[in-house]
This record gives sequence, C-alpha cells and structure tokens, in this order.
Amino acid sequence: MKLATGDRTIRFLSTVFASMILLLIAVIVYELFKGSELSIGRFGLKFLVTTTWDPVNEVFGALPFIFGTIVSSVIALIIALPISIGIAVFLSELAPQAIRPSVSLMIELLAAIPSIIYGLWGLFVMVPFLQMYVEPVLSRYFGSIPLFGGVPIGVGMLAGGIILSIMIIPTIASISRDIFNTVPMLYKEAGFALGMTRWEVISKIVFPHSRSGLTGAVMLGFGRALGETMAVTMVIGNAPSISASLFAPSYTIASVIANEFTEATTKLYVSSLIELALILFAISMVFNAVARLLVSRERIVQ
Amino acid sequence: MAKKLVIEHLNAWFGAVQAIKDITIDIEENGVTAVIGPSGCGKTTFVRCLNRIHEVVDSARVSGRVMLDGIDIYSKTSDPVLVRRRIGMVFQKPNPFPTMSIFENVAAGLKLNGIKKKDRIADTVEQSLKNAALWDEVKDKLFKPATTLSGGQQQRLCIARTIAIEPEIVLMDEPASALDPISTARIEELIQQIKERYTIVIVTHNMQQAARVSDYTGFFLLGELIEFNRTSDIFTNPIDKRTEDYITGRFG
Ligand SMILES: Nc1ncnc2c1ncn2[C@@H]1O[C@H](COP(=O)(O)OP(=O)(O)OP(=O)(O)O)[C@@H](O)[C@H]1O
Ligand SMILES: [Mg+2]
Repeated sequence: MKLATGDRTIRFLSTVFASMILLLIAVIVYELFKGSELSIGRFGLKFLVTTTWDPVNEVFGALPFIFGTIVSSVIALIIALPISIGIAVFLSELAPQAIRPSVSLMIELLAAIPSIIYGLWGLFVMVPFLQMYVEPVLSRYFGSIPLFGGVPIGVGMLAGGIILSIMIIPTIASISRDIFNTVPMLYKEAGFALGMTRWEVISKIVFPHSRSGLTGAVMLGFGRALGETMAVTMVIGNAPSISASLFAPSYTIASVIANEFTEATTKLYVSSLIELALILFAISMVFNAVARLLVSRERIVQ
Repeated sequence: MAKKLVIEHLNAWFGAVQAIKDITIDIEENGVTAVIGPSGCGKTTFVRCLNRIHEVVDSARVSGRVMLDGIDIYSKTSDPVLVRRRIGMVFQKPNPFPTMSIFENVAAGLKLNGIKKKDRIADTVEQSLKNAALWDEVKDKLFKPATTLSGGQQQRLCIARTIAIEPEIVLMDEPASALDPISTARIEELIQQIKERYTIVIVTHNMQQAARVSDYTGFFLLGELIEFNRTSDIFTNPIDKRTEDYITGRFG
C-alpha cells in the first residue's frame, strides 16, 4: 500500500529530526575529543591526577576540579536525599488528597527557577548566614574534625553543596513521589491488615518496593548536580584547591570552564578546558544512563 | 456460644455514597459466619469495617459500633493498629509482599509483634504454613520470592501470614474466588480445621461454599442486611422472599 503524500512527508521529516539528535551528540563527542587532542597529547593520563592549574606556565591538571565537582555533588546529595524522600513520602502517603496537587506543583516550580536566581540568593542571603551563624558554631564545637576546620568565610564547598542540594530536591522529590505512587494499594493494605503502623507500611513495604527506582532518582539528581554551573560558581569560591575542610573554597569543572574560557589565550589552555568538558560529559553520561535505566526498569516492572 | 463481635447500626460511606446501611449483627466465637449477596452489595465494605481497614481509603467514613469482646473498636481510645493485630484479614486477591521471600512473608507480622528469637520465628512460620496446608509445597524453597508461587499457593501463603500472629478473628474476603477447584477445596478444608481456634467471617459469591463451610449466613442486598440466621435455616428455610430468590439463583 502506498502512503499518502502527507504521511510520507511527515515520516521523512520526523526521521530527519530524530537522526539530527543522534548526529548532534556524535558531533559534540567528536568536537570534544578533537578539541582536547593537544592537552591529551601533552599531559596524557597525568591530566586526571595532577593538581596544578597554572595558565601562565601552561601546566594543567584537572584533579581539583574533578574533586570539587564530585564532592560538592555528594554533599548536595547527602543533604537533599533525606529531605526529598521526606517530601515524597508526605506527598504520596501522608498529605490529605486535597492538598497534594498544589504542593506537588510548588515543588515542581522550584525546578523552574533559573539557576542565576538561586546563585544570587545564595550569595546575598545564604553565604552571609553561613558565615555569621552556621560555620562559626560548627567550627567552635567540631573544629577539631578536619571537615569543620579552617576559617569560616561563607563561600566554599559547604555553600556550593547546599545550593546544589536545593536545586536537586525538586528532581529527586518528584520522581520519588511518582515511584511511591506506583506501589499498589493491595500491598499496603496487606501491611495495615497485619497491624503495621503507617510508618511500618512505608518502611517495610513502600521503600523496598521502590528500591531500584529510588536509586535512579538519586542518580538523576546527582547527574543534575554534577553539571550545574551558574549558582555553584557564585558561591563555591572558585579556587582550585583540595581541602578536607567544608569551609574551604573549591572549584567545579563547569565553573572553571565558564569562568576561564573567554580569557584562555593559548591553544593548550583552551584544549585543557575542553578536556575538562570531556571529563564532565563522560561523568554525567554514565550517571544519567545508569539512572534512567534503573528508573525505567522500575516502571516496566509495575 | 459467646458473642465475639457485636455490630450495632454500622454504616459506611465512600465520600457521599453509602455502601452499607445500618447493619446490626452478632458474630459467634469459634463459628464461621458467611456473608453472601450480589456484586456491589457491600460485602467487602462490611468486612473491611470490622478491622478498621475501611478508613485507610481516602474519603471513607464509618459510623456505628463494633464491639470486640465488649469494647468498641471505633471508640476514641481504640488504636486501629492493635485492632488489626487481633482481627486479621485475607483479601480477595492474593497479595503476598512481592519484595519478601515466602519465609519473610509469614514472619512479617511476628516481627511487628516484637518476637525476635530466630528459632521461635522459624517454628511459628513452619506451624503456620502447615496449618495453611502449604508447608509440603514450599518447605524446600522458603527463601525464594513469594511471587514464584501459583495464585492458589499465594493465597494460602496469605492465610499463613494472617494466622501466624494468632489473631482472634480472621476475615476472609472471597479467599477462593481467584482459585481453581482443587485450591478452593483445600482452603475450605483449612477453614474447617482452623475454626476451633479462630472466629471466621468469610465473604463468598459461591452459595455451595457458604453452605459447606459456615455456621451462620448473612444475606446482603444494596448495602442492607436482609436476613441473618443459621446457615442451615437460610438455605432450607429462608424467611425473606429476596433471600430465597437469591439462593435459588433467580437473581444476583
Ligand atoms: N474505593 C471505593 N470508592 C468508592 N466507592 C466504592 C469503593 N469501593 C466500593 N465502592 C462502592 O461501594 C459499594 C459496595 O462495594 P463492595 O466492594 O463492598 O461490594 P461487594 O459486595 O464486595 O461486591 P463484589 O461482590 O463485587 O466484591 C459499591 O456500590 C461500590 O461501587
Ligand atoms: Mg467484594
């Protein structure tokens, strides 16, 4: 049977657009590799493990940025995870039916706030607050632990982690809520009928049922934190150092690229920044791919 | 015989829809009480009110009194969690916990009751599975997921899970409706065996089943209790015309 002309045109066009996505990704990967050729050739694998970042003498090592990226994201996750799960449990199990849609909407709107606004809020509200009230207290009582040692200056790893955590809470909370909602009433009722309390139903039935989906939600949140640029650049301090202290300034891959790309004058400098981008791309891709796999497997099982 | 449950003027709603109306009925201790009636007449809703699981559904509401050994389970001081530990329930659709093994399913309620000793749990699990006529079929795969069992086996597992915590009353909502005749026969046998120790309320669509397993039968229609009597009387000598029509298959 011959397709009508309209159908054929649509099919042709949508195939073209769909292939363009694949092509785009391929081009990005190719360009990243090509752009970082010079730096890969010069530093090899040492690029990943050395800590000097010296544009004047053209010595580049990525470790402080990799460290800053991963550690700030891990801090974000540690803060965001319990809060997000709490929100999701509230929205799917505890809140009165009538208020669920409006609270859900507000959570999702948080994800729509432009990151520069989080950054401004972070810089003008959160950082002074951390510097004046939170960090001095932490350093007074826990200062002997290296994590809380050092000078409380407000901007730094802790501020970066907190701002990131606020930005990934909507992602983790709304996906977790969806996952909890897929747990059939049948099993929850079985729990109630055995004399489980609401909390026991949540912890013994809802959570185990959602395990792999939650792992996926967490990793998607983590992936988002890894690539976030603007807000974290404004509060993390932008110093390529590796410190055990949460108060010390740090630097992420996304931030250094954003800050230095326009002033990178030599070919090797540019190439090193592009190699950083390649590293970030690889880390994000791996996390997102695994996360999506886990989330979708959960949805299929239902 | 003693009255285990005294139900007085029980009403239940879903939002504005009233599902059962002014039910007053006594449940005898160590007896089997059957609840029959056409689809949608409120049988499920009725038994779900007896262990306070009706209120788990949003917008659900109950009024009236359900006296368990003389104390109203709906009084302000009564804790639904404790009520449900005394009044167990087997659902229409088998619902073993899919994330747990066969063993864990039966042990789930024991742990809630604070029983921690491993050998005591293992003994109770074995005994409950034997009582539920499932032990021989699962004893070699206790630690396999519960979902690897057939529907009939899953339902017997749910019965084992329910009786493991030794409730005083077991509510069964069409426990055999999804099962083949052999599994059904086993569950009926099981009811006969365990009724000395428990008080049983069973919902069924199957008239023969009600006649076979129960001592008392209540006939529901459109949310109302039409007739309640000894099973032998209901089936041989119904008083209400509608009961007669229903059990002789003239409607329903
Ligand atoms: N979750 C619910 N929300 C709203 N109405 C409900 C709900 N569950 C049941 N109902 C209504 O309550 C009435 C009684 O339902 P119930 O499930 O108790 O009937 P039943 O006798 O158990 O029927 P069946 O034999 O089909 O299982 C029905 O009219 C039904 O539509
Ligand atoms: Mg029913």
